[in-house]
Amino acid sequence: MIKLTQVKKTYSDHVQIGPLELEIPQAGLTALIGPNGAGKSTTLMMIGRLLHLDEGQIQVAGLDVSSTKSKDLAKILTILRQENHFVTRLTVRQLVGFGRFPYSQGRMTPDDEAITSKYIDFLDLTPLENRYLDELSGGQRQRAYVAMVLCQETDYVLLDEPLNNLDIARSVQMMGYLRHVADELGRTIITVLHDINFAAKYADHICAMKHGQIAAFGTVQEIMVADTLSDIFETDLEIMDGPYGPIAVY
Amino acid sequence: MSTIMHRKPKPSPAERTTAHKSSRNASAFPSKRLARRYWILLSLFLSGGLLCSLGLLLYNNPVPVQSPSFWPVVERRITAIVTMAIAALCQSLATVAFHSVTNNRIITPSLLGFDALYSTIQTSMIFFFGAGALIGFSGTGAFLTQVGLMLVMSLLLYGWLLSGKYADLQLMLLIGIILGTGLNSLASFMRRMLDPSEFDILQARLFGSVTNADAAYFPIVIPVVLIVSILLFLSANRLNVIALGKDVATSFGVNHRRSVIYVLILISLLMSMSTALIGPLTFFGFLVATLSYQVASTYDHKYVLPMAFSIGFLVLTSAYFFMYHIFNAPSVVSVIIELFGGLIFLTVLLRKRSL
Repeated sequence: MIKLTQVKKTYSDHVQIGPLELEIPQAGLTALIGPNGAGKSTTLMMIGRLLHLDEGQIQVAGLDVSSTKSKDLAKILTILRQENHFVTRLTVRQLVGFGRFPYSQGRMTPDDEAITSKYIDFLDLTPLENRYLDELSGGQRQRAYVAMVLCQETDYVLLDEPLNNLDIARSVQMMGYLRHVADELGRTIITVLHDINFAAKYADHICAMKHGQIAAFGTVQEIMVADTLSDIFETDLEIMDGPYGPIAVY
Repeated sequence: MSTIMHRKPKPSPAERTTAHKSSRNASAFPSKRLARRYWILLSLFLSGGLLCSLGLLLYNNPVPVQSPSFWPVVERRITAIVTMAIAALCQSLATVAFHSVTNNRIITPSLLGFDALYSTIQTSMIFFFGAGALIGFSGTGAFLTQVGLMLVMSLLLYGWLLSGKYADLQLMLLIGIILGTGLNSLASFMRRMLDPSEFDILQARLFGSVTNADAAYFPIVIPVVLIVSILLFLSANRLNVIALGKDVATSFGVNHRRSVIYVLILISLLMSMSTALIGPLTFFGFLVATLSYQVASTYDHKYVLPMAFSIGFLVLTSAYFFMYHIFNAPSVVSVIIELFGGLIFLTVLLRKRSL
């Protein structure tokens, strides 16, 4: 479980995130949605201890992220940011293998190699594993990054807009993978999504943010309500019943 | 790959681990061919460097081998070669580590102001106390003073990284550049008021040269440089992760800030030793690091660092060998290295494909 208590981040007098109170249940896929500048990425980064919080407390699996050793947290939670750019030239295999760092400290054992293979295969990167990242398409590279964080084998996986720059087919494919990770490997995934319909189709819970506050948190059915969403996005939208559940039309 | 299905049915990862073969591994080199190429080139460069140093030792010795005064000449030349090895070790390791820590491969650690401080110290010596003082400003005391000043300055800069809200590596670099520029203009202002003869004496010190070095410093320099280099080499695995950037490194459980400061302190030790020993070598480190990335073709510092050292040693020894014994122009070695480095810098920037 991830628990946020009175979490606050102040950028300036006008820009402030929080105070946030939130409990994200264990297992399943939680989508963070909301308009630009609502504080989704900030919240995710604070949970992932990439950003220092000014007040309050965040607990992941009972551990305080501000005070727990980064080394220990790396075996419990991982975070992938939206933009990844490396100065070093790496192959897919090398990149994914880095995910074992919290355990191997750079010295890969046969077990680490086997786990690396498992996630490369899982994300269908096997034929590409010896290619350099700069030789891949954007979608393939995104899959390699996701494979890297999954290879870390943490219970909690935080992803900041994993569908960024992916076309519809790649987005559907990516969400399919994430769904599998949640269902079959029992991981807890928290991901920032921009497309409400992707959230509605694939997430278990939706957390909507607006103006640095949590506007709503609940199951898909609870959040996919025309009034709630219209209010959050300040746009008129309607909810229809689609073949796979509610669909927002805007 | 393009099946657009909802919840793509596939075997769970657990069932598919059988697909893993021991031939699949995330080693530092993607292929055996690249690994072989690495070892061949490394031994080639090392032997090239040794060959050039042998040439420097023995070639053109004014006295015949049978003569008893043959060895004293060689001994004097050994000092120069040891200096080159130290300079190569310091500059190449410091630059590679600096690139990884800053996630930027087009800067050099001199940006932290080592060269600028060195030239300011030298210039102010001659400016305030005259040429005699500058010539007298040698020996272990003077050496340690310079190393100390450079270390203090860089540590003050790193203190910036520890200071709360605006702690930022890029900002620290910017401040380093501004400080360096300030010191440089101060030094050039003082140089403008010097006598031509004094200026001439100063000029010789301001170009990095192994002839500036004094074997009296070796008992201090060699142990420090060796220990620091070993420490840096032992941090290779951590450097590999730091090179992926702050966020990824943190996510992998590396304490980014602490590791960066640790590596930066090692870098300052190397840079201040090298600068105080032979003077500024602005492009040398960059040249060597850039070449070693191209040649080593791996991300792994365990391999990049030795490659950088071997290239650095080869560049220095060959440049000195050719300039001293073939072209008979000993004083222009650093100019040649800087020119060569500058040209490589431009080429790399222009075709910046895989920097």
